[in-house]
Amino acid sequence: MKNSGPQAIHPTSRLPKCPTGIQGLDEITDGGLPRGRPTLVCGGAGCGKTLFAAEFIVRGATQFGEAGVFMCFEETDAELKANVASLGFDLAGLVRRKKILLEHVYIERSEIHETGEYDLEGLFVRLNHAIDSIGAKRVVLDTLEALFAGLPNEAILRAELRRLFRWLKKKGVTAVITAERGREHLTRHGLEEYVSDCVILLDHRVNDQIATRHLRVVKYRGALHSTNEFPFLIGEEGISLLPITSLGLNHKVSSQRISTGIPRLDAMLGGRGFFRGSSILLTGTPGTGKTITASCFAQAAARRGERVLFFSFEESPNQIIRNMHSIGLRLEPFVKSGLLRFHAARPSLYGLEMHLATMFKEIAVFQPQVVILDPITSLMAAGTDFETKGMVTRLVDYLKGGQVTSLFTSLTHGGHALQQSEIAMSSLMDSWLLLQDLEGNGERNRVLYVIKARGMAHSNQVREFLISNQGIELVDAYIGPSGVLTGASRAAQAAREKAEMLANQQEAARRKRELERKRTALEQQIAGLRSEYENEEIELRRLDKQVSAQTLMLSAEQTELGRLRQADVTVTTGKQGKPKPKK
Amino acid sequence: MNKAKAMKRLGAGSQRRPRKTWQLRLYVAGQTAKSLTAFSNLKKICESHLRGRYRIEVIDLVAHPQLSKGDQILAIPTLVRKLPEPVRKIIGDLSDTERVLVGLNLRAAPPPSPQ
Repeated sequence: MKNSGPQAIHPTSRLPKCPTGIQGLDEITDGGLPRGRPTLVCGGAGCGKTLFAAEFIVRGATQFGEAGVFMCFEETDAELKANVASLGFDLAGLVRRKKILLEHVYIERSEIHETGEYDLEGLFVRLNHAIDSIGAKRVVLDTLEALFAGLPNEAILRAELRRLFRWLKKKGVTAVITAERGREHLTRHGLEEYVSDCVILLDHRVNDQIATRHLRVVKYRGALHSTNEFPFLIGEEGISLLPITSLGLNHKVSSQRISTGIPRLDAMLGGRGFFRGSSILLTGTPGTGKTITASCFAQAAARRGERVLFFSFEESPNQIIRNMHSIGLRLEPFVKSGLLRFHAARPSLYGLEMHLATMFKEIAVFQPQVVILDPITSLMAAGTDFETKGMVTRLVDYLKGGQVTSLFTSLTHGGHALQQSEIAMSSLMDSWLLLQDLEGNGERNRVLYVIKARGMAHSNQVREFLISNQGIELVDAYIGPSGVLTGASRAAQAAREKAEMLANQQEAARRKRELERKRTALEQQIAGLRSEYENEEIELRRLDKQVSAQTLMLSAEQTELGRLRQADVTVTTGKQGKPKPKK
Repeated sequence: MNKAKAMKRLGAGSQRRPRKTWQLRLYVAGQTAKSLTAFSNLKKICESHLRGRYRIEVIDLVAHPQLSKGDQILAIPTLVRKLPEPVRKIIGDLSDTERVLVGLNLRAAPPPSPQ
């Protein structure tokens, strides 16, 4: 949307164009006014005709190296200089350097007596002399209609005007002729009859107490042009026209992701946050934490070393800083280091166009990577819904064109209408977060949904949104048979669950203990049995010994008996018997 | 304002006025038919009403375009009465003698008045 240089003339257009240098106008006319032909600029009082003409001349002299003649019929040279000086045009300097020639044509009917035939050759001579003396390529006649008031004979005047326009064409100058708007015709005196190449209509309308200027190219012979009505404004740097449709949908896109400043929210957005250069809408009912979320985002961006421009339409910068401080967000250091800039303005301060232009200017000067607008709905008070949408479209387009990530907060009123009212705007947005209040159990709790997030697998879950001294925290809301539970009821549910779990644990422990006890008993039993078994075994062994001892004794006795009975049979039964006799 | 009114009265009785030279300036653009007519008409009127106390200066804007600014000339031909003051401008080829006389303030009053 920068002023295009002379090379901006469309190479393929058949009709040579003369760039005006007026912001936006060259875009909608595809290069400017028809070169070498007169253009009629008409409009009611105070809609900026003279300024339009002056800017055409001044920009011609300063930007395109074309000298110009400004012939004014209503204002004196000094008045004109003073008037345009307020817009930063150094007319006096340009006049001194012979870039611009001011010609004040003064005409007073009471001084003039008509006596027969005449023509306006004097005007032609003057104009011709003025054009030739500085080699002018541009001419402004402001307002030619003053002639109708000054000269009584309309027939002569009309014939002369027709001749004048022919003459201007022949002279090859690009002329801007201003004219007062008429009731039935475009101009009060039907000048459009003579100027048939290009007609631009300026309009100043008041809608709901807010005035907006509009510009429309009514006619542009032999060239494509936008026929829409475009809002424009007169700012510190002259006229700026912000065409809605001038930008096609061909923004560069980035696949870089940037954090929202809230880790859980990043996680909900496919794990990595928003896309750089995307537009984000944050809607919510009052007090749901929109500004806080926006501030979090701002802080995260500033921490990454990015420049953040924060447009606030409700709170003053200091108020925001203080409020955010209370939840642990420190914005002040970033403001001091120049990474974060606030721009606060009351929405009703001026019309939408002025807001838009101011924002554009701020953005152009600050070159931010992130822009926050809090809240966009405040601006709706400054214009109709349609206008606001148009404005947001242009703003989004502008920001996307510059790869600026934008976050718009939007205040909605309770009920179901809240989503409907955003439909128009949401289609412009890449991501849409919804902050909501859930009421129940005598409390309100904030929840957050990601309604849409283009180009990423975002979470469909509701998260409870907690604001604490340490900033924002997102927690899982309890979702169970009794619905979504948040806040105290979520806590209660959690406690209930905890108690249940505790009971379960206790039960399990009890059963374990019981089993252990049983096992111990069994073990004891086993031990008892085992000792019994061992006793038995000992007994058995003892018995065994006894039996063998008895057997020995018995055999010894038998041997003894045999010896006694003189048996000569050698006792073979046991060695046991042998030592004994040896003893 | 008072001065202007006084002048008007003086002008009305111009016959009684002390002899004072009228300075008239006729602006033309080249030797066009209208310019020539205007000049001859002017000459005639001056001869019959201001004999001996007028001076006509003819300015050709084609030759001196820069002079058009001073007297704010738009229409051609334009007759400017520089003196006596106030400055008056009469446009056209001066063919309507009555109107020229009124315009120059040589005639008593505007059309409604019979004499």
